[in-house]
Amino acid sequence: MMQLTGAEIVIRCLQEEKVEHVFGYPGGSVLFIYDELFKQDQIKHVLVRHEQGAVHAADAYSRSSNKIGVCMVTSGPGVTNAVTGIATAYMDSIPMVVITGQVPTAYIGQDAFQEADTVGITRPCVKHNFLVKSIDELALTIKKAFYLANSGRPGPVLVDIPKDITTQKCEFQYPKQVAMRSYSPVVKGHTGQIKKALQILLEARRPIIYTGGGVILSDSAEKLTKLTHALGFPITQTLMGLGGFPATDKQFLGMLGMHGTYEANMAMQHADVVLAIGARFDDRVIGNPTHFGQISRKIIHIDIDPSSISKRVKVDVPIVGNVPDVVDELLKQLVAVDAKADGKALAAWWKEIEGWRGRNCLKYKQGKEVIVPQFVVEKLYEVTGGDAFITSDVGQHQMFAAQFYKFDKPRRWINSGGLGTMGFGLPAAMGVRFANPKAQVACVTGEGSIQMCIQELSTCKQFRLPIKIINLNNGYLGMVRQWQEMFHGNRYAESYVDALPDFVKLAEAYGHVGMRIEKPADVEPALREAFTKHKNDLVFMDFIIDPKANVFPMVAAGKGLSEMILAEDL
Amino acid sequence: MRHIISILIENEAGALSRVSGLFSARGYNIESLTVAPTEDASLSRMTIVSVGSDDIIEQITKQLNKLIDVVKVVDLSEAAHIERELMLVKVRATGKDREEMKRVADIFRGRIIDVTESSYVIELTGNTAKLDAFLEAIDRSLILETARTGVCGIGRGDRILRV
Repeated sequence: MMQLTGAEIVIRCLQEEKVEHVFGYPGGSVLFIYDELFKQDQIKHVLVRHEQGAVHAADAYSRSSNKIGVCMVTSGPGVTNAVTGIATAYMDSIPMVVITGQVPTAYIGQDAFQEADTVGITRPCVKHNFLVKSIDELALTIKKAFYLANSGRPGPVLVDIPKDITTQKCEFQYPKQVAMRSYSPVVKGHTGQIKKALQILLEARRPIIYTGGGVILSDSAEKLTKLTHALGFPITQTLMGLGGFPATDKQFLGMLGMHGTYEANMAMQHADVVLAIGARFDDRVIGNPTHFGQISRKIIHIDIDPSSISKRVKVDVPIVGNVPDVVDELLKQLVAVDAKADGKALAAWWKEIEGWRGRNCLKYKQGKEVIVPQFVVEKLYEVTGGDAFITSDVGQHQMFAAQFYKFDKPRRWINSGGLGTMGFGLPAAMGVRFANPKAQVACVTGEGSIQMCIQELSTCKQFRLPIKIINLNNGYLGMVRQWQEMFHGNRYAESYVDALPDFVKLAEAYGHVGMRIEKPADVEPALREAFTKHKNDLVFMDFIIDPKANVFPMVAAGKGLSEMILAEDL
Repeated sequence: MRHIISILIENEAGALSRVSGLFSARGYNIESLTVAPTEDASLSRMTIVSVGSDDIIEQITKQLNKLIDVVKVVDLSEAAHIERELMLVKVRATGKDREEMKRVADIFRGRIIDVTESSYVIELTGNTAKLDAFLEAIDRSLILETARTGVCGIGRGDRILRV
């Protein structure tokens, strides 16, 4: 058998895993690995301009496909720059493999140049991490990393490789499979529990299906749609779950939560049975858990991670298992019992929901003078035929995108839901485009967020990525300003961003097309121009929007889900 | 409620920090934590005493199970079990205190394992309450130093924790 160096082994392992793209940034500790990357052409390396960008890109590469994103950074600052990206992926359970260089084994612990305790720093924000201590365990460790990242509840896994190990030699054989006595995620749900769940669903009078990112991650959208149609129940989704069921379907009530629709939040609050699938009842979703608990209801919770169940709300029927397997079993049993929920009760429930829906909580006015952000997202939806991949940053624009871009397909809505990372959108759009080379990709962002990773415009130029940046520019850190307006007596502490760059010139300086759009009448023509005439260019569209626009409905932090503030109340 | 959680974990560098990090990150309380390799050197056994509501303890066991290096988790206090802690106490032992200290140690079935002209080291094993009771029983001002291992425990009878 061939003796290979550690660096060669790393590359061979990635090839064995059919990795096509690695997002990264070279440096001292990974030089030998980069040398091996240079000598082959199976894996394409995407050179970013900041390590955070590499991780977000790899993350979005995963989110928008079912491939595992891979990124590579050097020791010390390479790793610390990557931490925000790793934590972002961890909070949203995104499978990813992060390869980091480390100082030579003999230097570890001596405060060597560019040394950081990578395993220690990243421990709380990875699914697992490894420090490779010997060349003999390198291949197995990488195999384990890919296995762990993409099984059970997915997540980022980090492999820290000291530089001396990349030059040592050993025989290479890539393990075909890996078994770990300490790790065996459950797949199939408990049949008895599923039977019990079905019974409760069939007896429900005011049911709701509530789904999250788990449906997207496990590619269960189709099965969920079948089940929802078969049951005839209303369905709502979390920010992370959008696209798991067609948003244009009548049974869809819209997103729920802090900025969810009136009908979704009211239905969730007043339901007598909640079927939760791959969601985790977090604070942005159900608001105050005590308020939520005041109304008694039966909760069925399907999740692959037992620790997500009964964490914030008490669950009546827990079903630990892989979402598609459990949904399949539910469907099978539903067909077998050949029963339907009480049609009369369901009709009455739908009537009540239609009443809530009738309040049209997302309505807004677009005048002739100032552009409102909702209008831009609606036009973006029309111009792209509802079929684009939309990445976003964090803030008001993110909520407008979630509310107004109707996602009919999974993996099209790419945003940092859990960690809420500003700066995610642009590098994420790069990752999406590499995973989906022909797709339309738009990054809905704001003038605050976009500047947090703006350096990636340079990467976009290098790789000719025709991303459309929809910059909803209101001159404020909008969501911060909204909270200050509502809860801090209009004291806009540091939320006004003075001295913004000229984004048109900035885009041009990076070699892209820049547009500034200031009139409502110009919104649609500009978007059409960007997506047709400039189909193959990156277009930075700087929309100057109403600086006072706020996101509604809103459930204030700590309030109950049904205690919404609506735009019409103000 | 006080719970004794026993864990079998891969005996690897950093395993302890994964567990202790989990407790601090999620705000769980640790009263004591002991760890040592088992008869199978590839595994360590950890015993954690924690106080929390049933909901919190349930989350703790779930979160521990989620750690990749953790092989098994059991809440010993859910059923019949034995718990023991070892304490070494160095006390001043001069004059009439010398005799008295020996007597109290005997009552608690402690052993004196180091003797100087002015001090004893007393070794004492028992559950936490017994060790506390011993410290209460002797004159506080005579205690020079204490070292306690923290609780370790094992299930009674057929309750066995192994791979």
